[in-house]
Amino acid sequence: MLDMGFNINYFFISQKIIFDLFFTIYRYNELMSNTDLKVKVWRGAQEGEFVEYLVPRNPNQTVLDVVTFIQRKLDPTLSYRFACRVGMCGSCAMTVNGVARWTCRTHVSQIVEGDSLEIAPLNNLPVIKDLATDMREFFNKWKGAVGFFKGDKTRHDDFARVEPQSPERQLANAGIECIGCGVCYSSCEVVQSRPNYLGPAALNRAWTLTNDVRDVQQLDRLRAVAGDEGCHACHTQGSCTERCPKKLEPTASIAGLKKLVARAAVRGSKWGKL
Amino acid sequence: MGQVMSQAVLQAKLWYAQRISAMILGICVSIHLIIIFYAIRGGLTAEEILGRTQGNIAFAIFYEIFVLACFVHAPIGLANILEETFSKGFISKALSSILAILILILGTTAVIGVYTGGAL
Repeated sequence: MLDMGFNINYFFISQKIIFDLFFTIYRYNELMSNTDLKVKVWRGAQEGEFVEYLVPRNPNQTVLDVVTFIQRKLDPTLSYRFACRVGMCGSCAMTVNGVARWTCRTHVSQIVEGDSLEIAPLNNLPVIKDLATDMREFFNKWKGAVGFFKGDKTRHDDFARVEPQSPERQLANAGIECIGCGVCYSSCEVVQSRPNYLGPAALNRAWTLTNDVRDVQQLDRLRAVAGDEGCHACHTQGSCTERCPKKLEPTASIAGLKKLVARAAVRGSKWGKL
Repeated sequence: MGQVMSQAVLQAKLWYAQRISAMILGICVSIHLIIIFYAIRGGLTAEEILGRTQGNIAFAIFYEIFVLACFVHAPIGLANILEETFSKGFISKALSSILAILILILGTTAVIGVYTGGAL
């Protein structure tokens, strides 16, 4: 046996280590499930207060699980929004421990402070009730930034051919995965101080569309995002980029728009002069 | 709507002007730092420094470009800060215009002074 480089003692030792490890994890989990989370949840509308609930702790528990537990087991009058639970729909964003996050993919263990959580509605949006905000203004600003597609082809025309490696397609790709959760909008200091500012999400969408070679409303869009209610108001502080759960970079998109719009105003663009 | 639009286009143009002047300032500040080392090499009195910079037209042109870049850059920034902090209107326009004129006059006077050594 020794010739083969194998010592039976090692086998027992490693088994002991593995056993100890599992025992530790088991003890840890048992400990965790015995400690209730102290969860402060915003109740009310624009005026309201935080109410504390005790929620049992589970392994792999998400913040959305916590809110759902409160609504189903403790207080059915709690209002909040969610749909997909897997980070696709963008409806469950809330302010958790002071920071805007998507709650369905935020594990309690990642952000819990001691045994406390504070869950509030998103900032910079009017509160309807409890954790549900009125997002009309947020989406109206997408419309305001001409953040929608308009082409000039019909079903009788051939497919548009967009080279996947073309610079425009690559730039559009970088910002296209936005789920419209509002985390960037609620984290933006400029939105906070300038209520008319279009905000990172709308401008990011506008930027992806300025890189859509099929779109026919480019000059309208550049006019809509110009000036101090649009891209030029951005302070490049980068909170949107830091907080975006999809790891997009609205700051970079807005920088792209600033350059594009300013050039179009001074020198003109391939679509004409502003 | 038309007025809002022209305001937005004006903002875009001002942003462009500020960006280009920032690029020029970036180069100017670097060169300026090198010039400081050159100018103070042989003593720190005004006489000694002016002795090296006086009559040098290259210095004069360079510093006038520096002044012009500041003249474009700083008032736009000040106007933005005032408008964001207080409100749009007369005060921010007036203060940034005053700053612009001061930079231009004082800066150009300084350039002439260094070039001629105050002999004008």
